[in-house]
Amino acid sequence: MILIHCPYCDEKRPEIEFANAGQAHVARPLDPSSQSDEEWEAYLFIRANPRGRHHERWRHVHGCGRFFNAVRDTVTDKFETTYKAGEPRR
Amino acid sequence: MTHHSAFSLFAKALGGHKDWPEQWPDAAPKPAYDAIIVGGGGHGLGAAYYLAKKYGITNVAVLEKGWIGGGNTGRNTTIIRSNYLYDESAHLYDHAVKLWDGLSQELNYNVMYSKRGVMMLAHNVHDVQSLQRHINANRLNGVDNEWLTPQQAKDYCPPLNISPDARHPVLGAALQRRGGTARHDSVAWGYARAAAALGVDIIQNCAVTAIRRGADGAVEGVETTRGPIATKRIGVSAAGNTSVVMQMAGLDFPLESYPLQALVSEPVKPTFPCVVMSNTVHAYMSQSDKGELVIGAGTDQYVSYSQRGALHIIEHTLAAICEIFPIYRRMRMLRTWGGIVDVTPDRSPILGKTPVKGLYVNCGWGTGGFKATPGAGDLLAYTMAKDEPHRINAPFNLDRFRNGRLIDEAAAAAVAH
Repeated sequence: MILIHCPYCDEKRPEIEFANAGQAHVARPLDPSSQSDEEWEAYLFIRANPRGRHHERWRHVHGCGRFFNAVRDTVTDKFETTYKAGEPRR
Repeated sequence: MTHHSAFSLFAKALGGHKDWPEQWPDAAPKPAYDAIIVGGGGHGLGAAYYLAKKYGITNVAVLEKGWIGGGNTGRNTTIIRSNYLYDESAHLYDHAVKLWDGLSQELNYNVMYSKRGVMMLAHNVHDVQSLQRHINANRLNGVDNEWLTPQQAKDYCPPLNISPDARHPVLGAALQRRGGTARHDSVAWGYARAAAALGVDIIQNCAVTAIRRGADGAVEGVETTRGPIATKRIGVSAAGNTSVVMQMAGLDFPLESYPLQALVSEPVKPTFPCVVMSNTVHAYMSQSDKGELVIGAGTDQYVSYSQRGALHIIEHTLAAICEIFPIYRRMRMLRTWGGIVDVTPDRSPILGKTPVKGLYVNCGWGTGGFKATPGAGDLLAYTMAKDEPHRINAPFNLDRFRNGRLIDEAAAAAVAH
C-alpha cells in the first residue's frame, strides 16, 4: 500500500486514509457569466491526464479531513512531494 | 489463410497439433498507407478488418506498441451486454451485441461467444426501481431484459445467497439473456487473422511517437519507433493512452486514465452458470470455460498508467463476492492484474471525428469497452471511410462536452461510480 505524507499532520499514512480529489490547480472562473462555451468545456471537462508527472488534490478523509496538493508520477505511482492547499504549484 | 473447420481441427489433432502455421504474418511497416489504426486491441483490429471487408480499403496498417491484444483486450472480464438506459447507448451497445452473433462464423475463428445471461442484482428499494426503469427503457429500444424474483434468480444462478438475513438481501434481479461472455484473446486473434488475410499489415512493437501535419493542419503521417509512415487517415483506438496520442496532435481530451483491476480464482468444475453483477456491493463475477471464477469491480481512485492497482480494492471486491456467494469463501485466488481504462466525464465513449482533418478517435469506453468490440470497430471503420459518423455513433461526438448534450450513462459500468 502506498504511504502518503499529509502536509498538515506531517505524517506518512496509508493510502486508505485518503481520498483522491482529481487534478489540482483547476481554478473556477472568477466571472462565470463572461465565460464562453469553450472556456466552460476546458474548466469542467478537459483534464491533463499526463503519463508522468501529475499535480493532483488529495483529502486526508480519515485524518485531519483537509485538502492538500501532491505531485505524483502516474507511471510509477511514486509521490514526489505533497504541499498545503494555496501554496504555489511545484 | 487456411480455412478452419471441424475437419481441419480433427486432422491437426491426429498430427498432435504440431504443424499449425502462423495465423497471420508479422508485418514490417511500409513507407505509406491509405489508413493507419493506432492501437492493436480488439477495437483497432476490428476497425482495420471492417475497413478492408466493408469499404474496400485494404492498404491499412494497425500499429501496436506492445503485442496484439496485450492491453485492455486481454485484461477485461469478457462480459457482453447491452442493457443501457439511454436510447443512444442502447443503440450503440446493441449494435455490438448483434455483431457478436455470428462473429465466429464471419471470422472463421471461434470467439466462444456464450449467451449465458447477465443478471444484475437489486439489494434495496432504490435498486429495484432503478433496474425496473432500465428494463422498461431497454424493452422500448428492442433490447431484451426481464425482471426476476429472488427465487427465479436463485433458480437461474444456484450459488446465489437469497437469504433475507444476508447483509445485502437479494430483492430481485434484471436478466439480459442475450448477454454473456466471449474469449477475449480469440477476438483479437480472430480479427487480426481475418484482417491480415484481406491485406492489412499488423505491426507489433511499433509505438507512435508523433503525428505529422501539413500546412493546412490535416494529418500527413506518423513518426514511430520503427520509422516514419505517411498516411492521410489515422484512427486512434488507444484506450488508456488516448490522451497521450491526442496530445501529439495538439488536442486536449476530456479523459482520465485509471487502473481497473480484475482477478481469477484457481480453476474448478463448472459451478457458476451465468454472469452476475451487483452495483450496490460493487462486484461482478462469471466462470470461464477453463473453470476460473473471473471477478472484477470498480476502478482504483487515482489517475495512473501503471497497469496495476492497490490491494485494498481487491479486498473490498472479494468481501462483496463472499457475502453474495458464501460457497466461494474458501476459494483461492490465482492471479490479479490491472488495465488502464480511459474514462469520460459522462461515462460514455467518444467515437467520431476530431477537430484535426484526417484524425478519427475511438476512446472513452472506460470500464466497459470489451462488449462493444465489434460495434466500435465497425463504426470507427464507417467514420473513417465516409469521413462522417454513422447515425449510431453521431451522438458520441467530442462536441457534446462543449454544447452540453452529454449522455450521462450511469449504467456504463457494471458497478456504481
